[in-house]
Amino acid sequence: MSDQNIEQYLINEEPFYQAQDNEVALYEAAYNSRLPVMIKGPTGCGKSRFIEHMAWKLQKPLITVACNEDMTASDLVGRYLLDANGTRWLDGPLTIAARIGAICYLDEIVEARQDTTVVIHPLTDHRRNLPLDKKGELINAHPDFQLVISYNPGYQSLMKDLKQSTKQRFTALDFDYPSANTEAGIVAKEADIDIETASKLVKIAESARNLKGHGLDEGISTRLMVYAAQLMNHGVAQNDACRMALVRPITDDADILSTLNHAVDAVFD
Amino acid sequence: MDEELLEQYRNQLKCSFEQLDDTFEDCMLEAFTSLSDQGIKNYLKGASLVCMIGRGFEPVLVYLEEMPQVAKLLGESCLSTVSQAVWDLSRSPNGNSIPPFLNSIAEASHRLGSEELFQKYLDLLFDLAEKTTGSIHGHHTTFPSPGLPLLLANVPYLLNQLSLEGLQNWVDYGVRNYPDHPERQENYFSLQSADSKAILQREHHGTLFIDNERKLNLYLMALWNVKFYMIPYSTGFDELRKPVPYFDKLGVRVPDVLDDIVDDTKKVVTKGIDRYRAILSHIVAHKRCSTPIIADNFSPFQRVAIETLEDSRVELLAMRIYPGLRSIYISLHPRPIEDDCDNKIESCIRHRLAMLSYAILNPDHGYSNPDILECRERFFAAMHESESSTSEMASIAISFIAKTRRQTDQLAKMYFKDTEIDYRDENRHLWIYIELSDDEEMFEDRKHQDKKEEEEEDKGLPPRHYHEWDYNTKSYRPDWVSLYETLHPPGNPADIDALLEKHALLAKRLKQLLDLLKPQQYVRIRYQEDGSELDLDTAIRSLIDFKSGHTPDPRINMSHRNDGRDIAVMLLLDLSASLNETPPGSDKTILQLSQEAVSLLSYAIEHLGDQFAIAGFSSSTRHEVRYQHIKGYSEHWGDHVKARLAAIEAGYSTRMGAALRHAAHYLGNCQADKKLLLVLTDGEPADIDVNDPKLLIEDTRKAVQELDQDGIYTFCINLDPHADEYVQNIFGKQFLVIDKVEQLPEKLPYLFISLTG
Repeated sequence: MSDQNIEQYLINEEPFYQAQDNEVALYEAAYNSRLPVMIKGPTGCGKSRFIEHMAWKLQKPLITVACNEDMTASDLVGRYLLDANGTRWLDGPLTIAARIGAICYLDEIVEARQDTTVVIHPLTDHRRNLPLDKKGELINAHPDFQLVISYNPGYQSLMKDLKQSTKQRFTALDFDYPSANTEAGIVAKEADIDIETASKLVKIAESARNLKGHGLDEGISTRLMVYAAQLMNHGVAQNDACRMALVRPITDDADILSTLNHAVDAVFD
Repeated sequence: MDEELLEQYRNQLKCSFEQLDDTFEDCMLEAFTSLSDQGIKNYLKGASLVCMIGRGFEPVLVYLEEMPQVAKLLGESCLSTVSQAVWDLSRSPNGNSIPPFLNSIAEASHRLGSEELFQKYLDLLFDLAEKTTGSIHGHHTTFPSPGLPLLLANVPYLLNQLSLEGLQNWVDYGVRNYPDHPERQENYFSLQSADSKAILQREHHGTLFIDNERKLNLYLMALWNVKFYMIPYSTGFDELRKPVPYFDKLGVRVPDVLDDIVDDTKKVVTKGIDRYRAILSHIVAHKRCSTPIIADNFSPFQRVAIETLEDSRVELLAMRIYPGLRSIYISLHPRPIEDDCDNKIESCIRHRLAMLSYAILNPDHGYSNPDILECRERFFAAMHESESSTSEMASIAISFIAKTRRQTDQLAKMYFKDTEIDYRDENRHLWIYIELSDDEEMFEDRKHQDKKEEEEEDKGLPPRHYHEWDYNTKSYRPDWVSLYETLHPPGNPADIDALLEKHALLAKRLKQLLDLLKPQQYVRIRYQEDGSELDLDTAIRSLIDFKSGHTPDPRINMSHRNDGRDIAVMLLLDLSASLNETPPGSDKTILQLSQEAVSLLSYAIEHLGDQFAIAGFSSSTRHEVRYQHIKGYSEHWGDHVKARLAAIEAGYSTRMGAALRHAAHYLGNCQADKKLLLVLTDGEPADIDVNDPKLLIEDTRKAVQELDQDGIYTFCINLDPHADEYVQNIFGKQFLVIDKVEQLPEKLPYLFISLTG
């Protein structure tokens, strides 16, 4: 693997991340011992941003894989492709990360089927290697390699959970939406908007989060608030921006729509 | 008025009752100012016609008194319309309705406001009269409509609640359901029966609480993070003393309906739902910020002042959280006009407090009264960067009352206009009374209550009410059917085992079949372009194709799929009396055959492991639909279930719709991919209180459609050889008619297997 290829996985500019607690220090400690890390939290609360930030801070390449149900083990590890001369081996993202010593980030891991996730096991314990049985090769992970997974324990069904054998290979960080003041600060900084408007957005988001489990699977995420603020920056009226970015994406239920619309009007008079 | 002219008019009125003479002049004066010359002519002509009906002077008097106003409002053509209507009524058996009819006219014209609507109103009345006037053949007697006079007596109230269209629907319902039952018709039109009130509520204009309960619960949860138990009270029946919202330990009372508030141009200013939200936000604010204080220390005036300031305080605190509330509050708050109350002749206490409250709420109040402005200042000083407290409000209120007190405050004549703030609760939570009343009647009350609670505990499951579809009107009759669910009494389980023993051969064949049906958990899907694994056989074939210059098949992967059964089944047995019949050529009753069939089916389903429940139903009028629980989803096919099945008995009628809806409510709670409701019946839906055979068939059909929308597949097994006529109408293609009933035990399990296999 050439240096140029490693280059593309490096993060050059600092991604904005507002620490909520001591998670940065905890992550650094885990990385120093190369412990695999699992990050749990609701959608749009900053899980992916945190990993990007840490990769930048540690100056390590980051390879992100968005998991889905159709993903197979060979999508992670690599596969033989046919070409004119017969067959050719192509490394999957996990294999590349293990070779070049990157942080491999498997986003929404539970979306992948359980038999797929088992291939990460040898990389996550003391062995730190990856057998490519089809190719007949055993890759010993680069000393810098680390595996990070994330998932959202909230909305997945009973069927979608991690196996105990997978869970127990990771150290875990639990994320949640930040406290109102912190979150307002994040929205203000991220979307370049005044702090007062940002706190109003947070107030609307909180009202939606109160409805979780009563018709809403997830509350309004920090990400959506940033979207709303960005719309406002482009001259969209505050109420319209909130309806477009905060209310309509999260529900089709007429009663909830009406309640949240009212919340928008009550906050932005 | 000119004596001569009056005399001339008096002669035009062909009616010689002396009683008219006293008021005639006044009536003519009014007619003179509001009617044209031609109008006056018609007016007197109409009154003469009313006089000619020969029912004394009263109708004429009412006509003379009311009609000038009505004609002014609706146009003069109504003068002859009304007199003609009175004349027509007098020529029918409904002469007794004339006085209430004339009495209702003023109110009706005021509510309806246009000639066109008024004409429709008259049409409605005559339509009702025609349909409900009865006659008994052979007796040559006609009976007046029992409902019409009662309806007319209630017209002011009804038109207050309903639009004309709503009134039409309400009347139609009564006419349709009680045409030949005078007492029930009377109950309906005098607003005494439950369905009368229910239909009234359904037709009511405005925002109904029941339609918006979930929305309001979500509102409380989302914006305030609280949950209330809300109880609606009726606003319609208390005209004099309007109930106001309040809350106590039992819950929050809110009005059952609120109209949108419209301005003069009919533009909606505040929606009904926002009025509910205003009420709830005010109550939440009280719950959050108010602390009760001792009432005995304050005079009544001081108390109302404290309540006003406390209301303003909690609202201000609520508006600090949600600034948008201010515009809603302002739109709902009355705007007292500053100098409208004369404190020399009437008590202005309410006016002063309403002004103070408005001045606090709306910065652009425009008042200049120094006392109010000063108190407002004190209020905002207290609230500056703090939440203040109820007791601080009390001290401000007391000094306000002391400063603005007038001798006239004690007057009985109280100024009420624009002082009622109807979204605020009545503040009973704010007061602690030290001296409780120790009247004897209170003890009695308590004893009575305790007794009542005990009684209620003894009863079994309360009835569940289901609506029923009326195909005539294409509408539901609300809460029409009462359904009682009970556990079926047990019999001897060995009977069922004996039945199964008898059919041992059939059971064995079934078992073989079922083993084949059992889910094979893992199924391989081959020939996939994308898959979890390379399918070596096809891959090599493709590779060979490729190397030899042919186009290779790209579908060289395979994947797996889980194939499991996930079915919930409900078997609903018709247990009506006809099951006791013995079909020709058989020695067993239909009930016994059904019992055998159900035993075999249960055995089969238990073997398959599907979720399965059994219930039986029968009915005796809409007031008693019996729903008997035989097997629940969590029960196994064991002795308890067998015992209940062994004891099933047939009796009464078949009101199927309610039973279907109730069964569906259980099935709906199951977690399953496919939901199947099997109905085993031997005839069409019928009940002894329904004369129209089509009614219950249509209701059942509607119930099946409802179930279909909920993702429940309904299938009917009918044992009536002549069922084809109606069963297709109800169940579409989802039915099977078993002509030879003795085959039922064999056919039922096979049917189930083919349905679900």
